[in-house]
Amino acid sequence: MNKDREMNLEEYKGVFVFAQQVDNEISGIAYELLGKGKELAAKLETEVTAVLIGYQVKGLADKLAEYGADRVIVVDDPELEVYRTEPYAHALASVINKYKPDIMLVGATAIGRDLGPTVSARVATGLTADCTVLEIGDFPLEARPGVEQKHNQLLMTRPAFGGNTIATIACPDNRPQMATVRPGVMQKIQPIAGAKAVVEEYNPGFTPNDKYVTIKEVVKAVSDTVDIMDAKVLVSGGRGLGSAENFKILEDLAEVMGGTVSCSRAVVDSGWKPKDLQVGQTGKTVRPQIYFAIGISGAIQHVAGMEESDLIVAINKDESAPIFDVADYGIVGDLNKIVPALTAALKAEKAAKN
Amino acid sequence: MKIVVCIKQVPDTKGGVKFNPDGTLDRGAMLAIMNPDDKAGLEAALRLKDQFGAEVTVLTMGLPKAADVLREAIAMGADKGILVTDRVLGGADTWATSTTIAGALRNLDYDLIITGRQAIDGDTAQVGPQIAEHLGIPVISYAQNIKIEGDKVIVQRQYDDRYHVLEAKMPCLITALSELNEPRYMTPGGIFDACAAEITTWGRADLKDVDDSNLGLSGSPTKIAKASDKVRKGAGEKVVPDSAEDAVAYIVGKFKEKHII
Repeated sequence: MNKDREMNLEEYKGVFVFAQQVDNEISGIAYELLGKGKELAAKLETEVTAVLIGYQVKGLADKLAEYGADRVIVVDDPELEVYRTEPYAHALASVINKYKPDIMLVGATAIGRDLGPTVSARVATGLTADCTVLEIGDFPLEARPGVEQKHNQLLMTRPAFGGNTIATIACPDNRPQMATVRPGVMQKIQPIAGAKAVVEEYNPGFTPNDKYVTIKEVVKAVSDTVDIMDAKVLVSGGRGLGSAENFKILEDLAEVMGGTVSCSRAVVDSGWKPKDLQVGQTGKTVRPQIYFAIGISGAIQHVAGMEESDLIVAINKDESAPIFDVADYGIVGDLNKIVPALTAALKAEKAAKN
Repeated sequence: MKIVVCIKQVPDTKGGVKFNPDGTLDRGAMLAIMNPDDKAGLEAALRLKDQFGAEVTVLTMGLPKAADVLREAIAMGADKGILVTDRVLGGADTWATSTTIAGALRNLDYDLIITGRQAIDGDTAQVGPQIAEHLGIPVISYAQNIKIEGDKVIVQRQYDDRYHVLEAKMPCLITALSELNEPRYMTPGGIFDACAAEITTWGRADLKDVDDSNLGLSGSPTKIAKASDKVRKGAGEKVVPDSAEDAVAYIVGKFKEKHII
């Protein structure tokens, strides 16, 4: 592509991550990207840079340093107070054009999946969406006669076809190599207290035009629940629960297990639970120590979001439900009888121990 | 008002996923459907048509058989269908696809372009925003509600834990979530129209302001290094207990074995 914009690939250096913040609070994905970015940077013998975009956000730079950033580029402007596609895309594209990173990682969040494609089109490079594995390697993977094999390429692996297939993608002829990365998949490092990064401020100038949409209202979901991505135990309910009220039995089980309630897409579509509790392809990827799938049939899109859980317990009355194909322990039966009885039994076990 | 809805024909990965005996995906056995997010986008356009009398054009890029989804859209109430198809466009990634579709859209008048947020085969959510970028118009993705006020569009834009109400000047591109609405069924009259409707077919030569080096497989910056069917974790144990008590005893037993309790 881009015969008209030949890139000198050698000029592009370093691993950059978009340090997403919302309400001046850094999103967990930023730390996850730093963790992965640090590992990739070590292999390439280079540094990891966080790109922090917002308004009055400079103070967050130290936090990014603690999680592995060697350098933080801060783009700070009143136009960037609340996320909007255009000023953020302008900010990130300007940073890329000025600093020329080899790799640019963005979280596959509702922000990153809007920002990433816009920026990649603007800087004319490829973008691989929703990656679950990032490695450094050769492209093509194996040397072939007559084909130049490039080394130190970013190999980006992602699920496709609703999680039925996986593909590994490279971007050999354009820079930066851009990827959005699924939240909850990469590991953040243990924060290093007192770590400092080189902080650079850069403002490319923001002149509002028709692409600057107006924000008329911001409506936050009222939720005091724990982020399901951080939960060690998830008690997840599906359509089989039958009603919003019936989630009470899952809450009771979650309480005795020290866990949190989550749900499938069907539950969100029915309006029984808010979107931020949804596990799956269009929800969140979770990997708790124990995942209870209760009354969840196990559509491939749901499984894609929870199959990395350490232990999966499924309860479903339909013996042929696909959830049983991924469950470690599958119980065919009536959840309305089993779940309350299980809660009672676990309570009794707990009491006996104390 | 003129609205163009970009739609895609996709294999139905929901529910009806079929595997070959060797565990690979049996694509031949899967239905080809209109991508769900796109269908919600089409429904949103048709509701605006009902309300304001818009002209709705549906556009797709794909193999000649993708004309089927254009006919389905016409049967639902769309006015015109355009199929962009050419061998040189095959194997396109999102950059080359969005370049192609933008090249087709440059031939059309539009106030609003609506795409689905993402297609269920690729799940990238990239083509919509990239089309807007190529055309130099504002994009609002993840729309869960669309309203028109004069020359402005008011959209509820979904985020992980909130939504924003955004206002943009038209022309503008919106990517629709399938949560947006419940798409209507085809009507008997519509099906009759759809059979008779002429689908406009465009090839490479019809794309405006597009360089060959940005099209098809060779114009795609991303290259597939390897593709394989996903190796899934095998099934564990499945039991059919006689009673809730037996079920509980089984789970508690396993949890003790694993030192969970």
